[in-house]
Amino acid sequence: MRRLAGKCCFLICLMLGTTILPSASLMAQQGGPSVATPSATSSAAPSATSSEPGKALDEKLAQLDQRVTAAQSSADNAWMLVSAALVLMMTGPGLALFYGGLVRRKNTLAIMMQSFALMGVITVLWALVGYSLCFGGNGPLIGGFEHAFLRGVGAEPNADYAGTIPQTTFMVYQLMFAIITPALITGATAERLKFSGTVLFLTLWFLVVYAPLAHMVWGKGGFLNASLGGKFPTLDFAGGTVVHISSGVSALVCALYLKKRTGYPQKPMPPHSLTLSFIGACLLWVGWFGFNAGSALASNGLASSAFVATHFAAATAALSWSAAEWIKNGKASALGAISGAVAGLVAITPAAGFVGPMPALVIGLVAGLFCYWMVTKVKAVFGYDDSLDAFGVHGAGGTIGALLTGVFAQAVINPIFGAGKAVGGLDGHWGQVGNQLVGIAVAWAFALVGTFILLKIVDAITGLRVTEDDEVTGLDIALHGEEAYNLEP
Amino acid sequence: MMKLEAIIQPSRFESVKGALLEIGIEGMTVTEVRGHGRQKGHTEVYRGREYTVDLLPKIKLELVLPDKLVDKVVDTILKTAKTGKIGDGKIFLTRVDEAIRIRNEERGENALQ
Repeated sequence: MRRLAGKCCFLICLMLGTTILPSASLMAQQGGPSVATPSATSSAAPSATSSEPGKALDEKLAQLDQRVTAAQSSADNAWMLVSAALVLMMTGPGLALFYGGLVRRKNTLAIMMQSFALMGVITVLWALVGYSLCFGGNGPLIGGFEHAFLRGVGAEPNADYAGTIPQTTFMVYQLMFAIITPALITGATAERLKFSGTVLFLTLWFLVVYAPLAHMVWGKGGFLNASLGGKFPTLDFAGGTVVHISSGVSALVCALYLKKRTGYPQKPMPPHSLTLSFIGACLLWVGWFGFNAGSALASNGLASSAFVATHFAAATAALSWSAAEWIKNGKASALGAISGAVAGLVAITPAAGFVGPMPALVIGLVAGLFCYWMVTKVKAVFGYDDSLDAFGVHGAGGTIGALLTGVFAQAVINPIFGAGKAVGGLDGHWGQVGNQLVGIAVAWAFALVGTFILLKIVDAITGLRVTEDDEVTGLDIALHGEEAYNLEP
Repeated sequence: MMKLEAIIQPSRFESVKGALLEIGIEGMTVTEVRGHGRQKGHTEVYRGREYTVDLLPKIKLELVLPDKLVDKVVDTILKTAKTGKIGDGKIFLTRVDEAIRIRNEERGENALQ
């Protein structure tokens, strides 16, 4: 009762306060912290008594301007914070469940733990130097230390990247991309890479491969940047090159370097729980709206366009993969359908903010078929053990998506090269396909070489592969000392 | 006394158990097992990789019966466990020398009641 009385007292004070205070300040109650300047409130009172009508009007207009900016900032910020949370959800639990279900039971926690560890490690690195290396400075290859330790990153927007939201929001949104990208690679190293080796390798990989690529493509002055002065303007709306080609191609290098799992391919290694994978894939699909539509960096029409393109491509890719499987095996599997959806989401990622709904359907259709072929045929022919198909889905899907972005991008959707200038091939600018190829080649080369060198280094420091005994026992028990399922009563 | 072991289709287990209860059989031991006889397994395909699953799930019933009940029980199982397809399982009968109830050390057929 006493607590309740205290609460009532507090509420009364609060109500009194809220009725008295606004009489002093006319606006600013809705104000986004970043753009609504406090001076707006103080200038409000004299304007009413001003004798010159022209000056009063100017002041009124200035006020209005500030209010509009504040309202837009507040709307954009809300969407971007939700998007950041959605993208984090793609790693944990999305990817962790998707991959967790695909491994054998004895390795469930190990693969989940790899994703989760990155949520911790990359976050810390991002705060120290990561954000700055990606988005600080304006070099052609890599950012600088301008924002190291998040210096200068606060409520003020960074006009180069997102002029209506606090830079803090932009920073944390981009962090979520940096977390999921290395996590994707763990699909190729699953069931045999040490935990210590994973953490060290992916930490270095983030610094040496991800940060430069993110800067080249998205950073100011990066030589592949499409809108901020790149020499070869590569269209990559949400990460076809930066996220999917980089991680997918690195995954292939890892799979080749680590060699096959013991017993592969003679021994059956079916997924231990497609139910988990199914939930994970559905979470990825939903999270991808934050990934792609959020990449508009504002709550605007472009975000809606990217949202629709994302959804449409996922749907057609799920259908085309399933259809291919149905024709080939006589059955449409759940694993096929969810793999197709992920392939479509990967392929639409670079294109999401440049293409309309119809090209999105085409991109999805192509991605579903292409990734199906990569995963079932190409992998078998070459015999590499890309355990969970990180390369077959992300490397292949990212490449085909980046290429098709050059074909289908439209100025109507996103006039990134300026008003009236054609963007993609069908728009009349076939040179863009060439630019896309440069972007793809750079991302491939960077991932291939960087990953190979880092694997050599990490192999020398911590070692990479677990012992054969540990592999047979399972990484959950051998490396983490626990089991995913203790079902005994 | 006879021990009866029946390997049956999991889908028939509830019917078999019900029918045995109706003819007055109250005790049984049931195990989930895997195996195959002439019924070959099935193939599963995961992203293009084919696996043959040849050990299929079955239910094993174990009952120890007084001689006079054996025929009736065998008939009941045959009737209720049969689907007519390969994979319906088998019944094995073995003679049992002794049965002892742990609670009161009763022996022989009395221990089965």
